[in-house]
Amino acid sequence: MSNALSQLGPSEIKVNRRWCKACGICIALCPKNVLEADEKGKAVVVAPENCTRCGICETHCPDFAISVEVNRSND
Amino acid sequence: MFAQIEEYFRLEKMPHIWCPGCGHGIILGAMVRAIKELGYDQDKTVVVSGIGCSSRASGYLDFNTLHTTHGRALAFATGIKLARPELNIFVVMGDGDCTAIGGNHFIHAARRNIDLNAIIFNNNIYGMTGGQYSPTTPYDKKATTAPYGTIERSFDLVELAKASGATFVGRATAYHTKLLTQLIVQGAKNKGFSVIEAISQCPTSYGRRNKMGDPVEMIKWQKEHAVNVKAAKNMTEEQLAGKFKIGVLHQSEAPEYTAMYDEIIARAQQKVKK
Repeated sequence: MSNALSQLGPSEIKVNRRWCKACGICIALCPKNVLEADEKGKAVVVAPENCTRCGICETHCPDFAISVEVNRSND
Repeated sequence: MFAQIEEYFRLEKMPHIWCPGCGHGIILGAMVRAIKELGYDQDKTVVVSGIGCSSRASGYLDFNTLHTTHGRALAFATGIKLARPELNIFVVMGDGDCTAIGGNHFIHAARRNIDLNAIIFNNNIYGMTGGQYSPTTPYDKKATTAPYGTIERSFDLVELAKASGATFVGRATAYHTKLLTQLIVQGAKNKGFSVIEAISQCPTSYGRRNKMGDPVEMIKWQKEHAVNVKAAKNMTEEQLAGKFKIGVLHQSEAPEYTAMYDEIIARAQQKVKK
């Protein structure tokens, strides 16, 4: 699993701060604690290296404000 | 990746108006991913909605969209389907919109088995109008119109749809997004009336009043109280107490309304020719 992931290169997690409403769902549901809340409660990426690209943050964001871009150039 | 579904949105209308932590955006995402998976042409897809928080969904989507009147989304959708049976039609409604104001339209659309996909965003409350209880507010839960708890029994949307004649009925939650997308895909492929109940969370008008915690606690409640219908088969009634089933909950066969209507037209034309 870890080998397969490392071949994909780092995942890029984008948070659209203009759309994020600081509900905290992505932070709570991320199984790898990749995200934390900033002073306004909005999600910030703190540990991108732990991201497994499961996409839970993205599919559970009510505001379409977080996106996991998977670099598949090595595929 | 949001970029993969971006083309289905009217980005200039975003961010949407739903409250922080509202489940409706999650359900909308699951629905759009289902339409992408189905590969439907945007110009041959119609999203019809009624009135309420959920019904704002049509405004954010780049399909042929109609934001209609309270409870009447299915009536408008029936008209569209009869005029243009080749279109793929998704009808977005809230629990109050669909089963109170639009209760009659709902049971009769199901009875006719017309090829529409009804997606009910069930947050157990009238959110937009200020937290009045709806037909799906559970017994004893508080609302602005039931400050001491509602004394009414709630509708089970799945049982209502089944009894009325829907030929595909499924339920998922804002937490179970993958299942929700799958159900919408399956429902769309069913040639007949399909009902998908999507359990949503309303932190503002329902959760706060009923001490259900923040949006995170509300979505975790869905995870903990939903039981997949396959797992439920091996559970006792005691184990299932206080839980609700998710998954494909009903499938049946019945003639589809627009197909039967075409036959009637053909029959009438033959009679005229004679």
